[in-house]
Amino acid sequence: MSLIGAKVLRKEDPNLVTGRGSFVDDLRPDRCLTMAFVPSTEAHARVRSVDASEAAALPGVAAVWTAADVAHLPPCPGLPGLERPLLASDVVRFVGEPVAVVVAEDRYLAADAVAAVVVDYEPLPAVVGVQAALAADAPALFPALGGNLVFEQPWESDLADVFAAAPRTASLHIVNNRCAPTPIEPNACLADWGPSGLTLWAAFQAPHHLRNKLAEFFGIAHDETRVIAPDVGGGFGAKINLVPELYLAPALSRALGRPVKYVQTRSECLQAMYHGRAQEQDVDVAFDDDGRLLGLRFMVTQDNGGYPDPGGMGLPALTTAMATGCYKVPRVAVGWRNVVTNTTPVASYRGAGRPEATFMIERVVDLVADETGLDPLEVRRRNFIQPDEFPYATSSPLAVYDSGNYPGALDELLRILDYDAVRQEQRRNLDDDTKPLIGVGFSTWVEIAGFGPPGSLEAFGHLGSWESAQIRVQPDGSAIVYTGASPHGQGTETTFAQIAADNLGIPFERISVRHGDTATVLQGIGTMGSRCTAIAGEGVRAAATTVLGRAKEIAAHLLEADPADLQAEDGAFTVRGTPARSVSWNDVAWASFRPLDLPEGMTPGSLETSVFQQVANFSFPSGAYACVVEVDRHTGRVGVRGFYLVDDCGTVINPLLAEGQVQGGIAQGIAQALFEEVSYDPQGALLTSTLMDYLVPAAPDLPGFVSSRICTPTPNSVLGAKGIGESGSIGSPPAVVNAVVDALAHLGVRHVDMPVTPQKVWRLLEGAR
Amino acid sequence: MIPARFDYHRAADAAHALALLGELGDEAKLLAGGHSLVPLMKLGLAQPAALVDVGDVRELSYVDERDGVLAVGALTRYRDIERSELARRLVPILAHATGRIGDPQVRARGTIGGSLAHGDPAADLPAVAVATGAVMVVRGPGGERHVPAREFFRGFLETALQPDEMLVEVRFPASGVEPWAYEKFSRRAQDYAIVGVAVVRGPEPGIALVNMDSTPVFCAAASAALGRGEEARAVAELAAADGRPPSDLNGDGAYRRHLARVLTERAVRAAAI
Ligand SMILES: Cc1cc2nc3c(=O)[nH]c(=O)nc-3n(C[C@H](O)[C@H](O)[C@H](O)COP(=O)(O)OP(=O)(O)OC[C@H]3O[C@@H](n4cnc5c(N)ncnc54)[C@H](O)[C@@H]3O)c2cc1C
Repeated sequence: MSLIGAKVLRKEDPNLVTGRGSFVDDLRPDRCLTMAFVPSTEAHARVRSVDASEAAALPGVAAVWTAADVAHLPPCPGLPGLERPLLASDVVRFVGEPVAVVVAEDRYLAADAVAAVVVDYEPLPAVVGVQAALAADAPALFPALGGNLVFEQPWESDLADVFAAAPRTASLHIVNNRCAPTPIEPNACLADWGPSGLTLWAAFQAPHHLRNKLAEFFGIAHDETRVIAPDVGGGFGAKINLVPELYLAPALSRALGRPVKYVQTRSECLQAMYHGRAQEQDVDVAFDDDGRLLGLRFMVTQDNGGYPDPGGMGLPALTTAMATGCYKVPRVAVGWRNVVTNTTPVASYRGAGRPEATFMIERVVDLVADETGLDPLEVRRRNFIQPDEFPYATSSPLAVYDSGNYPGALDELLRILDYDAVRQEQRRNLDDDTKPLIGVGFSTWVEIAGFGPPGSLEAFGHLGSWESAQIRVQPDGSAIVYTGASPHGQGTETTFAQIAADNLGIPFERISVRHGDTATVLQGIGTMGSRCTAIAGEGVRAAATTVLGRAKEIAAHLLEADPADLQAEDGAFTVRGTPARSVSWNDVAWASFRPLDLPEGMTPGSLETSVFQQVANFSFPSGAYACVVEVDRHTGRVGVRGFYLVDDCGTVINPLLAEGQVQGGIAQGIAQALFEEVSYDPQGALLTSTLMDYLVPAAPDLPGFVSSRICTPTPNSVLGAKGIGESGSIGSPPAVVNAVVDALAHLGVRHVDMPVTPQKVWRLLEGAR
Repeated sequence: MIPARFDYHRAADAAHALALLGELGDEAKLLAGGHSLVPLMKLGLAQPAALVDVGDVRELSYVDERDGVLAVGALTRYRDIERSELARRLVPILAHATGRIGDPQVRARGTIGGSLAHGDPAADLPAVAVATGAVMVVRGPGGERHVPAREFFRGFLETALQPDEMLVEVRFPASGVEPWAYEKFSRRAQDYAIVGVAVVRGPEPGIALVNMDSTPVFCAAASAALGRGEEARAVAELAAADGRPPSDLNGDGAYRRHLARVLTERAVRAAAI
């Protein structure tokens, strides 16, 4: 029986649920020091002086460094001239930017020392939000830039002809709220630089990438630079950012000759871990009376925060690539701007640019429905790309959709959701003041995953876009799979063991998956962009196939049979049709190391191989979501009554894990839609620096999920898996907001920005009175 | 997230705790469940020089019926109140509101005395104490004194307690505390109230608001109107006019007043005779 598609329990969990996981903060090497930052209290200021003398003299303090102490080191990788320094030297550009770094015997002494560092700031006017940053008289973060606009991609054409000729047009201004990724484990690293080189343990999603960057930064060799990502408690894309602590901890360890550990507090994490989203969109749509889309024109304005992170710079490109969603839009004008502001830098966060695209297009199709009086599902159906139109080239060169079945997903959604019943209740409640207003919202979405084809990650400073897989069968017939992916909660040890077991014929229990150590995993790119199963998983499959072929030769030799007649299953090789003629995987593995047992010409140790898996195209997971909300018409509170979802991520390796990814992603999507927003005051002070203010929802705040799936495999691989890690957070926010707008539509409400707080809704209800 | 340096003392009993408070002076704080004090210390908002841990003082953990009152020891944990048969029968609003505090972890640690002594206007139990006309039993070097809940809360995180005093018991009327209703409005299930309201019709009509001022708000006019049997809407209008509501990310003053009106109306209707 195939293990692909089996609901196997996670191999990872026994360790994690018994407290035997090993996260960076669990590592306590001898003589380890603690590092802590002195964060800027100003959003924008000139640093007149930093007086560290008192702090340095405190007991237990090993070092206090300011910008002057790191002047010999390069800045963090960034845009030429706009790089983020390791420590702010003359100017600070966001609250929380480190001005100095302290190293002490423990974190309490470090905190005392941080408090003793005296920084003299000369405040400068701060810019918060892209509108303020682009104002004519806005203070500039980087004077050399002559303003705060870092990059502008104008429209190639303004589609004036399309819009002039279109029977109807509509416009929308959308603010996609700034979110804090908030993994359970904040940023953390531990550096130990000894005579034989540097070892850095880091809560990171791409250890080999970090190894390459560290070696380059310090001018040391790859073989003497070891990066280990131990157990990592979530990342959501924020743990691929090359932030100062990753360079400072090694530099301090080298200087002090002792291990140096850094672990963010939760408040530091909310403040300094790069944020996500923070995008504004101005969008115009042209359509006809039948709801058919004729043209889409939009300008994306990306808030990049205090320093333009290279990943953050790329977000609008992903937004524009996916902006037409699963619809046929004949003419498209895309433009974007990257803007710096006195806020925490913005980079990738689960979905990275695609949730913003999906939100925009799914709001737009609802707007078209509203304008034409058509049912929102009808508008979607009329514009869907059809199943026989794949591969489908969109207007974006990045997005040639591989495969999909958008009408099929919607049909399935309507099978699990009683749409008519919801509409009936909605009508019944409308005039009954004691009942909540009901709304139902849809999102039929497509996203871009499986990053990616050659060149796609290189553009962001990675060595390649492939992923490595290595399989080594052990002498006893068990097997170890090494992957260059670096899971941090996804369950890859389980899914890859399933893939390997399925393709090797070795029992699942006898396969271990290792990852996250540059000294043992040959090379790697990392886990991000929903690429792990789609690319690394395919690599495991390919490697397993090669190893199996060799094992069959050995087995055939032992059985005196033809390799082509053998089948491998349940740990044994059997001659087809002659079950008595069988040899165990264990014996084959053992023989593979014993030259006397091998067929002629075969050398010992053949049952291992490595693959650098590449893919020719991205994959494009899709789905259809519906959200049913009830709005308390007196308090404005939005309650999510039910969430209905159909995903299509191609082949599913493990439905339990796929469902976990989707539910987690939707939780984050609902969080963005209803609860979460990073807020600053106009002077750039962070107002959401604790989890009392930054409202991450918990289980009681989330609805039950009714889920189903359809399967349209990707043609990019044999496995056919598309990637599912980001789908939920991409597809869900517009379903929630569309539902709220639907509930309020009779009051003339056409749009509401996220998060949809009770107060916002109350204002809309009041406004309509 | 890292507290400033402090000394730590563990009290064996209430007398020991009071003696330690006397010795250590103004800079010492009692540590009960720690679920308000420790977060404040971690955020650097409180920097007591010494903590007197009363976690071992079990003599102040009880729910008793005595002389017509429900007497609750100050160190009784939320969970024990929430599950107390006596509290549920005699002062159901207390048991119910306690069950709406935070999450199970918070309720396993937090104490009624800690909540009241902390004096957070956003907390649930202060308003319940005010609405029901509870009385605080305060012990100090000079003996015990009784402070009505309606006089106990003096300002933001400020109560009638002196630094050398300790809250030892809270007394609720033990009969006729009904009908009642407690409405709590928050964005997440486990949050503090953006606005809350406690309503009891007996033995005296009492309405108190959560998070509508720097202290819990006793709504005197609305309580009187409730006693006169006025309509829920009219009572709610009066209640919503009380207090000086704060503005924060969850709601500005105008929205809070609106919520106070809606919630009070609902509570008064729910607490129908
Ligand atoms: C995640 C979270 C969610 C929460 N949600 C809510 C909520 O929804 N509603 C709500 O009401 N509260 C909430 N709280 C606060 C919680 O109720 C606290 O436990 C309570 O406010 C304090 O009780 P404590 O026993 O923990 O006191 P501590 O934190 O130990 O002490 C609080 C203060 O009271 C003083 N003190 C304690 N006991 C005495 C005494 N006997 N005499 C004199 N002074 C004393 C202390 O010195 C300190 O100043 C929440 C807390 C957390 C951490």
